[in-house]
Amino acid sequence: MDEPNAAPPGDDATASAGGPVLGVPKETHPGERRVGVTPDVVPALRKLGWEVLVEPGAGAEAGFTDAEYEEAGALLARPPTYRDAASVWAADLVVKVRPPTVSEVGRMREGAALVSLLFPERNEEVVDALAARGIEAVALDKVPRITRAQSMDVLSSMANIAGYRAVLEASQVYQGFFGAQVTAAGTEPPAKILVIGAGVAGLAAIAAGRALGAEVRAFDVRPATKEQVESLGAKFLMLDFDESGEGEGGYAKVMSQEFIDAEMALFRQQAKQVDVIVTTALVPGAKAPTLITRDMVELMKPGSVVVDLAAEQGGNCELCEPDRVAVHAGVSILGYTDLPSRMATTASRFFAMNVRNLLKEMGAPEAGALPLDLDNDIVRGALQVHDGARLPPPERAPAPKPPPEPRKTIEPAKAQERPQPKTWRTMVGALLVLAVFALVGLFAPAAFVQHFTVFVLACFVGWQVVWSVSAALHTPLMSVTNAISGIILVGGMLQSAQPTLGLATILGAVALFFASINVFGGFLVTQRMLRMFRKGE
Amino acid sequence: MPTIPESALTVAYLLAAVLFILSLGGLSRQETARRGNVYGILGMVIAFVATALDPSMQRWDVVLGAIVAGGAIGAFLAARVQMTGMPELVALLHSFVGLAAVLVGMSSYLHPIEAAASPTEHTIHLVEIWIGIAVGAITFTGSVIAWAKLRGTLSGKPLLLPGRHLLNLVLVGATVALAVPFLQAADPQAGLLWVLVMTGLTAVLGMHLVMAIGGADMPVVVSLLNSYSGWAAAAAGFVLSNDLLIVTGALVGSSGAILSIIMCRAMNRSILNVVFGGFGTADGGGGGGEAVDQGEVVETNTETLAAELADAQSVVIVPGYGMAVARAQHGVEDLVDVLRKKGCEVRFAIHPVAGRLPGHMNVLLAEAGVPYDIVLEMDEINEDMPTTDVVLIIGANDIVNPSALDDTSSPIYGMPVIEAWKAKRAVVFKRGMSSGYAGVQNPLFFLERTRMLFGDAKASVDALLAALRS
Repeated sequence: MDEPNAAPPGDDATASAGGPVLGVPKETHPGERRVGVTPDVVPALRKLGWEVLVEPGAGAEAGFTDAEYEEAGALLARPPTYRDAASVWAADLVVKVRPPTVSEVGRMREGAALVSLLFPERNEEVVDALAARGIEAVALDKVPRITRAQSMDVLSSMANIAGYRAVLEASQVYQGFFGAQVTAAGTEPPAKILVIGAGVAGLAAIAAGRALGAEVRAFDVRPATKEQVESLGAKFLMLDFDESGEGEGGYAKVMSQEFIDAEMALFRQQAKQVDVIVTTALVPGAKAPTLITRDMVELMKPGSVVVDLAAEQGGNCELCEPDRVAVHAGVSILGYTDLPSRMATTASRFFAMNVRNLLKEMGAPEAGALPLDLDNDIVRGALQVHDGARLPPPERAPAPKPPPEPRKTIEPAKAQERPQPKTWRTMVGALLVLAVFALVGLFAPAAFVQHFTVFVLACFVGWQVVWSVSAALHTPLMSVTNAISGIILVGGMLQSAQPTLGLATILGAVALFFASINVFGGFLVTQRMLRMFRKGE
Repeated sequence: MPTIPESALTVAYLLAAVLFILSLGGLSRQETARRGNVYGILGMVIAFVATALDPSMQRWDVVLGAIVAGGAIGAFLAARVQMTGMPELVALLHSFVGLAAVLVGMSSYLHPIEAAASPTEHTIHLVEIWIGIAVGAITFTGSVIAWAKLRGTLSGKPLLLPGRHLLNLVLVGATVALAVPFLQAADPQAGLLWVLVMTGLTAVLGMHLVMAIGGADMPVVVSLLNSYSGWAAAAAGFVLSNDLLIVTGALVGSSGAILSIIMCRAMNRSILNVVFGGFGTADGGGGGGEAVDQGEVVETNTETLAAELADAQSVVIVPGYGMAVARAQHGVEDLVDVLRKKGCEVRFAIHPVAGRLPGHMNVLLAEAGVPYDIVLEMDEINEDMPTTDVVLIIGANDIVNPSALDDTSSPIYGMPVIEAWKAKRAVVFKRGMSSGYAGVQNPLFFLERTRMLFGDAKASVDALLAALRS
């Protein structure tokens, strides 16, 4: 597979390593501190068949040293083994966080593969460059949002971090307590946080806000999220309006004008009350919807904070400036686009685990290259450039599933639908019982009828009494019934106490022996068990 | 020896019967359970004393010898048994009742205490003996097999002979048919031969019935044998014309029957399905659950879990047979202690068929020192699941399978289960990815909120404790 002259500088990458090489370059985007592969996933990748080649210092800003990578079994791209750090670009597969630049694409080997975030809609020229070099490009942001692919969903894991971090960033700017305070100097109510959009990021923001003690309310156009919001201890704001915003792939869709008007009225009213607003509303492939207008910001108390998680896609807040803190009428509007990068260690680890899961799904390298099974809907969905051309989006054969949350349709009602006992069976049973009673009544001698009466009544008494036994005491119930069914010892006694010592007496004595084991064993073990049951304080 | 008149004996037996009923009634609540046991002991003492005063008691050496020997062995067993070994002990005690019923029946056949008043009564007496011995023999060998399976001496796998239903039918038919030559036998010696043949046949029937039942259906089998042992005692009562035996036998028989019904409802199966066709057999609904690609499970480790538990406000523990096998209950108790000291609310959710004996989990937890008021039944705790932070599933599988509620094609569809998937985090302690007793895959393992902690339950719990304490 090696074509010595086709490869750009650093073609010794593949030569020195044992198997196909997975290159991990250092991120170059300003402010990007994450790294695509962390030391903890290196062993798994090697087990899969990849030699991992890391650019020296690639993990430094995320807190992973070169030594840690080497210890985990990765190779470092530096002399004498490799020409220089750029050798990682000559690998058979390059894994990184941000989309590569056009010049970085130029350093990749022709026919190699790339796994990274790509956002093809926003990065046309990069995609064209990838296609021109015949690179197989797998976009992590295009992994389909189906249940099976949850463990590979970088967007979810990064959104989770962003949501959490958004609240922490707000707490840095907000000049008060988030939790309620009762001090000698006076009491302070908790801060009020409004979270707009209850997706992964929104839910993480809600949880973080609640953990800091704030009062959290949340809004989402998808009524199905209400349960999740409330399960985190936040209040779900309802619109008196009947339209579900459930769109494809767990995202919300664009809503009607009437709905938006009602929504805006709600936000306007909320703006007067809350101290922090976190917006997380994204519509895939389109500019983020404007939800917080200038006049709403002006309604907020001075010192309040807006965190706009959609800053990179145009922002949910009209006044948002990407990567900057805008201040308007005393309200700070945070437009950070690098929230996951601000928690680079954890973010890198999550990212790397997602990548590992995806590569595991794709399988061991075949003939030194990343295997591409186009029948696998995850691979097909994520693959953007194939055989030197852009791949059209896959046909949506399987309907995209609603948000990646556990099934909500489960209701216990079904469990009560017991199959009706077949009537003929009941009839036959009743007839049998009648027949037995008739036989006994007509033919049995008086003494037997008397015993029979006692027997039937005792069955009913037992039936009534035992139903009330609590399930926790079923084992003691069994051992005590063991003991009292040892009452058969009465029979053994009567049979073995005959004057002559014959076979009958001996059989009776053996019966008595076993029945005694039952009586003593049963009662004593019941006593022992019951003594163990104790009540907590 | 002083003797008492017939009516006094009857009254004493009545008193004993009432005490036995109070004894079972006492077990309905924890607060009255111990008193219930005392009632049972009192009833037994009264029955013993009254019988001792019966005019037909004519010698004591054999009686006392048997009682002392049996009592000593019983006391020894009761004192020594491990709580994990309770199912075996219970099964063993059932077998003794069965054996005693067989012996009493034979003894009574050879030497009836009262001569029959009429030919009809004589025939009825013989039929009673026949039924008593048959039920006793089935109980005896069935319980012995159950005991061996529970101990692990015999494999827990069901033994499925070809034509096993036919074999059962033939055995039952032969047992009924052999009654005819038995009733016509001229003298006890000739009759005894038929009795022995019939005892052998029913013994084989008892063995075969229980051999065909798999390990996790044991709670039903043990309850069923409990019921049989009662009916065996009642039959012996008919044989001896003893009302106390009849009453007690009927009480125990219906008690066992109720337990069997409760267990069957908890598995959404009929008693016939359990006894004659378990999971994985051709007529039991089949192994079902084709290997649908469920995605991947997410593994966790004790450190991560310890951190999650440290943050949790409410934790629910779902124990299963795996906890009993690994003897992890003491570690679990320590875990509960540590968490409760931190102010976390810890509770247990017990499924009716968890373990190998009805109520087995409760006894194991009580042994470890877990207070019973935090050990709840499935129905009591299911509604709290959505507000639970962490659910720890220790050695359980089918009882937390969501497909029981929503997958009509699943063999366990309709079985009530503990809704662990509603909690914010479910952690499954498991040795590997093998499926549970029902042989179906558990979608719970693949949910986003679920984490798997692989390894021996006891080792995992201990490691978790160490991580929590550090």
